[in-house]
Amino acid sequence: MSAAFHELLHSIEATERGLEGVGYIASRPIATAVYLAHHLRKPILVEGPAGVGKTELAKAVSAWLGIPLVRMQCYEGLDESKALYEWKYGKQLLYTQILKDKLGTALGEEPGLEAALARLHGFGDLFFSEHFLEPRPLLRALREPRGAVLLVDEVDKADQEFEAFLLEILSDYQVTIPEIGTVQAVVPPIVLLTSNSMRDLGDALKRRCLHLHIGLPDAKLEGRIVATRVPGIEAGLRRQLVSFVQQLRELDLKKLPSVSETIDWARVLVLLHAHALDADLVRNTLNVLLKFESDIETAEPQLAAMLQKARREAEPVG
Amino acid sequence: MQGPLLDFLRAARSAGLRISPAESIDAVRAVEVVGFTERERLRDTLSLVLAKTVEEKRQFEECFDRFFRRDSFRTEGPVGPGAAPSAPSVSLPGEAAGGGGGGALARMLLEGDQPGLATAMEQAAAEAGLSNIALFTQVNLFTRRILERMGLQELEREIAQLGDAPAATRLRQGRDWLREQVKDFVRQHLQLFAEGENERYREQRLQQTRLTTISRRDQDRMRILVRAMARRLATQYGRNRKRDRRGQLDTRRTLRRNMGWGGTPFLTVWKQQRIEKPKLVVLCDVSGSVAALAQFLLLFLYSLKEALSGLRAFAFAGELIEVSEILEREPVEKAIPQIMDRIGFGSSNYGNSLADFERGWMQILDSRTTVIILGDGRGNRTDPRVDILKRMADRSKQIIWLNPEYRTIWGTGDSDMLRYAPHCRITAVCNTLKHLERVISDLLRDGG
Ligand SMILES: Nc1ncnc2c1ncn2[C@@H]1O[C@H](COP(=O)(O)OP(=O)(O)O)[C@@H](O)[C@H]1O
Ligand SMILES: [Mg+2]
Repeated sequence: MSAAFHELLHSIEATERGLEGVGYIASRPIATAVYLAHHLRKPILVEGPAGVGKTELAKAVSAWLGIPLVRMQCYEGLDESKALYEWKYGKQLLYTQILKDKLGTALGEEPGLEAALARLHGFGDLFFSEHFLEPRPLLRALREPRGAVLLVDEVDKADQEFEAFLLEILSDYQVTIPEIGTVQAVVPPIVLLTSNSMRDLGDALKRRCLHLHIGLPDAKLEGRIVATRVPGIEAGLRRQLVSFVQQLRELDLKKLPSVSETIDWARVLVLLHAHALDADLVRNTLNVLLKFESDIETAEPQLAAMLQKARREAEPVG
Repeated sequence: MQGPLLDFLRAARSAGLRISPAESIDAVRAVEVVGFTERERLRDTLSLVLAKTVEEKRQFEECFDRFFRRDSFRTEGPVGPGAAPSAPSVSLPGEAAGGGGGGALARMLLEGDQPGLATAMEQAAAEAGLSNIALFTQVNLFTRRILERMGLQELEREIAQLGDAPAATRLRQGRDWLREQVKDFVRQHLQLFAEGENERYREQRLQQTRLTTISRRDQDRMRILVRAMARRLATQYGRNRKRDRRGQLDTRRTLRRNMGWGGTPFLTVWKQQRIEKPKLVVLCDVSGSVAALAQFLLLFLYSLKEALSGLRAFAFAGELIEVSEILEREPVEKAIPQIMDRIGFGSSNYGNSLADFERGWMQILDSRTTVIILGDGRGNRTDPRVDILKRMADRSKQIIWLNPEYRTIWGTGDSDMLRYAPHCRITAVCNTLKHLERVISDLLRDGG
């Protein structure tokens, strides 16, 4: 219960500051979610478009609290044996081969078949013991002695049956391995599940979780994120760039630029030693923000006006 | 703290949020952790616990704001903040008689004591069980109950005793003002606690209403429903899916998976069946009464495009044209009138329209295509050209015919439905949203 990091999570404000300390700018709902996840021992289901910092949040929490990040990337066909544990079949097989030669010696002078069998059974248990167990992410997270951040990334890519299985583990942070017994988390892990909403997740899973939606940030938040992630950028350029991206998101585009694209763009501009946005610069680097040819075409006619507005908005007030 | 929270949970439920008992408990626990006092924090917290989709979060926020705004008095009226703050300008009969706690309501009215009145109203409302209000017919009943609990009878007596004194006039004005305030308060509660019920009831009713007779006022709401329904299906079926064919071992893949340990089959692999996304060609009768239905079918299909591997749409009345392009470009509600301008209004000629299709587009049908035809099959006694439909059936995977008429009148009068039916794999009555949903979700589930 009294995890070493318990102290750090003493308030929502402390959570916000802590995350900022490791380079993650958390909005109030995000900080509240992390705070509650610990105090209520509930997983957070984080939904939102790609590139808004869902995965990054888990990394930041682990960095801040100084506990390991255990990541489980989901995909179609992911199952229990990949997620929880597997027996090391190869090793078991190898040992069987070796033991075959020793069988005679091992069975010794046992008089009857029954006694020989009983003896064999004793060896059998050996094959399904700790030595032959290959722990996968879920089990590893439960066993971390100081607790862990368990990131179940892109859970919407896994099949629906997998959700049910996940739910079982998340309901009491323990699993039963038939051959070994029950493993109960020493310190309950902080669990984050992320989803890009490729499909609707089941109600049961949603009910079990705190539901955090991270959308595209407003200008103020995005400005802070860029400042943290790309510290080399001048303040004026940063304000221009954020204003410009915010305007782009008003357009009817196939794929809106996300935070990750804003950051990429900022990095490119810094590499180009830019001090301010101008028409050529924007035109030449627009493909960092917009990934579809048709989106670039949609934006073209608006560029001049957006640029003008971005310049105006970036002027220091007063 | 629990009282208001529980009231809020009830308000949220009737605003249409689905809140499970477990989530209610979570809400209580969460509020114990963060406290009830700071509004922003409370909202963030409850949103995390209670609202589990973007749409639910929007609903939640609306409801939250409405709930916590409800208790503020309007600030105009005879007892507005402009009224004398403390000193009553007239002495009351109750006071003359020695006070005795009587006349509290009168005093608050004369003093313009808004916080006092608001508190008294809240308390009276709680005693009257206002959060159980369910119907608008109960507004007057609850208003009266609350006023009585606030001391209306006594107030009336005092007014009567004062006779013609100026204070009587002021009290009379105050009483009427208060009645309006309480009534507003009750109405807000009705909205808060009962609106969702009404809404849900209305949605259910709409789903069962004949789409051909739907009122203009309900059309917008219906479109929202159709889109939501389509979205749900699209997320469910938006990916290619596989399903195990139970009991059939895939020997080849099993051997490959188990190569590592000399072919001893530790892991078994079952044969799988791929479920393809359907490829659709839709022909819609847009003449007369079928047009309204066509609009919803097209809206439905274009809202779930990602669950389809192809979609081409045709509209016909006297003749047939392709409308895929305009539907790609414009929202359905704008596209339909344009389509109607081009070919609507004429009387249906199924034979002609089928011939148009055969001439122009027969080659787009292949063994993976499902053809959906929407129409009543009434060609005004023109040649139905059943032979063309048969050729379409031969070229395509299947034909599904959706007919807004009830089965009992198929084939009566000028209906050629019974002659078309043998060439369709499925014929179905389809005139409500529920029907539409059933047909389309079956199609998606089994693949096209
Ligand atoms: N709030 C934030 N604070 C700091 N960096 C952020 C924030 N949001 C996004 N980022 C940055 O954006 C990038 C994309 O985030 P990521 O977590 O991979 O997105 P997602 O998992 O939502 O697709 C990361 O490299 C991260 O640096
Ligand atoms: Mg991610």
